[in-house]
Amino acid sequence: MFVDLLFNLRAQGLVVGVGEWTGFLDAVGRGLATDLDGMYHLGRALLCRSESDFDGFDLAFAKTFQGMEIADDLREKLEEWLRDAKERTEGERVPHEFESMEDLLEAFRDRLEKQKERHDGGNHWVGTGGTSPFGNSGRAANGIRVGGSAGGRSAVATAMERRWEGYRGDRTLDLRELKVVLRLLRSLAHDGPMELDLPGTIDATCHNAGDIELVEKRERRNRLKLVLLMDAGGSMAPHAERVEKLFSAASQMKDTFKSFEAYSFHNCVYQWLYKDIEQLDRVATSEILAKLTPQHRIILVGDASMAPYELFSSYSWPSTTTDAGIDWLRRIKQRSPAAIWLNPDPQRFWQHPTVSAIGRIFPMFDLSVQGLKDGIKKLRVPH
Amino acid sequence: MAEFAQFSGTDRYIADEALMASVNAALVLERPLLVKGEPGTGKTLLAHAVAETLGRPLYSWHVKSTTKAEEGLYTYDVVQRLNDSRFGDADVSNIRNYIKYGPVGLAFDSDEPVVLLIDEVDKADIEFPNDLLRELDEMAFTVRELEETVRAKQRPLVIITSNAEKELPDAFLRRCVFHFIDFPDRERMERIVHVHLPTLGPDLMKAALDRFFAFRKVAGLRKPPSTSELVDWLTVLVASGLDPASITEGDPFLGVLFKGEADLAAAVDKRRGRKSW
Repeated sequence: MFVDLLFNLRAQGLVVGVGEWTGFLDAVGRGLATDLDGMYHLGRALLCRSESDFDGFDLAFAKTFQGMEIADDLREKLEEWLRDAKERTEGERVPHEFESMEDLLEAFRDRLEKQKERHDGGNHWVGTGGTSPFGNSGRAANGIRVGGSAGGRSAVATAMERRWEGYRGDRTLDLRELKVVLRLLRSLAHDGPMELDLPGTIDATCHNAGDIELVEKRERRNRLKLVLLMDAGGSMAPHAERVEKLFSAASQMKDTFKSFEAYSFHNCVYQWLYKDIEQLDRVATSEILAKLTPQHRIILVGDASMAPYELFSSYSWPSTTTDAGIDWLRRIKQRSPAAIWLNPDPQRFWQHPTVSAIGRIFPMFDLSVQGLKDGIKKLRVPH
Repeated sequence: MAEFAQFSGTDRYIADEALMASVNAALVLERPLLVKGEPGTGKTLLAHAVAETLGRPLYSWHVKSTTKAEEGLYTYDVVQRLNDSRFGDADVSNIRNYIKYGPVGLAFDSDEPVVLLIDEVDKADIEFPNDLLRELDEMAFTVRELEETVRAKQRPLVIITSNAEKELPDAFLRRCVFHFIDFPDRERMERIVHVHLPTLGPDLMKAALDRFFAFRKVAGLRKPPSTSELVDWLTVLVASGLDPASITEGDPFLGVLFKGEADLAAAVDKRRGRKSW
């Protein structure tokens, strides 16, 4: 049963290593968690590394312990609640579906007995929603509402709420988080001008019993040159806000890079790139290409889906030209091999022919914090 | 669980079940407790509360961007030694006189078990947590100048806070018990406020919390007001003796809640019913 949790967690993409797992088992063994509630909190403390893991943990936990809880813990609570409910409904009108309160309770126990898992919706089993007389938030004319005053909320119910969904690393795109991730994109080197290393000099002099010893060092600088190319307009309109966030994160950090440039394009890169989103101030793509070096890091952002001719034939927006979009993309890759493509569309849309064609040129990642993180690993070590 | 449940919150600090589970797991497993959460949700306060409950002294190490891992262990004051050798009359032959323990060193050296707080670990360089791995794992470090190993006499409970400004290394995360302080819901917030301002009247509490939770929903705030700002705001409101009704109408002292000019403007816009951008 415990092993199921481990595999469910791993299936949710949580990195749970042997160390964490044995730590968790050790903690359970030492009596730190005696019930499911305790196990839930303990597991979250020991098996998650960040709040972005919480949602995956909730899902895995619910999947592992769902049935079990109905079997032990929840049943006890239900029965307790039933006694409670009986007291409260004494003297009230008996639900018409059953002859008496006794019958209703009998039926409830009976169904609980047969029920093996959680039910949402439906008209028979105990669960939430639906029209069964038993459960929560249902629409049955009368019956037993499970929950409410039943005391402490169960761990599985808490897990089912998925309160942490918003923190998932593969969904969110928080500005500060983006900056944190972009900060990984640095290649520091002592290649600035020589300067006097004052603390070093003092230290060396003191170690040298007071004879002055000068120490010099080179200033540490980030050598990284970043170019951001963003698709703007057309099918990208729904994603504008997310692309903008990435852009602001990168431009707010431009002082930490050796150079940072951002251009927009429409659909695909053709002979012109634009310095603004409105695409009025244009620069020849060839001019930018000439400046690119293998040290540049390129991040392209776009949904990559377009009509095939827009990528493969000699087409360009807005004017006509001779080169196909895919040629321009290949040239970028040639000049600066460390390039990735971030796609704001969910992965299930990536089957599109132009998306997979572009994906063969640039490694493609989700436009999300997790995607950017994976992409940056690729940018740091392109091969 | 009873024999382990050593931490259960204090009069001044409201702890929930998840937090208690994390603290107790850290105590039993002897691992550092990593606490993350929005600024102002009481991360540092937590360490104080834990130390208070356990009756242990607290050693705090406030990390800055220039902090080096070694400074937490010890520093060797070579400059002082040189100065003494030329102008002073102290015993310069004994290097020990010039070795000063940092907070980690002091916590290891203590005869009784202590709580060690490493505050805002993400402020320092990206490699900082890695540099402390071995020391926190083995609870020992070596003073190179003396060729001596300082071993923790009593294993301290280490509490590390982070504002998530920098990604923490995996190897570091693997060794920690993790706790995320969620932003309190209204009911818990009322309890927290009550702990800080026990005499607050229910009218003022309701009016202020209504406004507070509405403000937190204003889109595009750079720093939404948090618990500590709310408590400050309420303190000012109480001191000013304003009528609770005027809070809803006038929004007084908003500068206490919003620290940025842009945020303040957005909040004022919201009050006037304009869409804030």
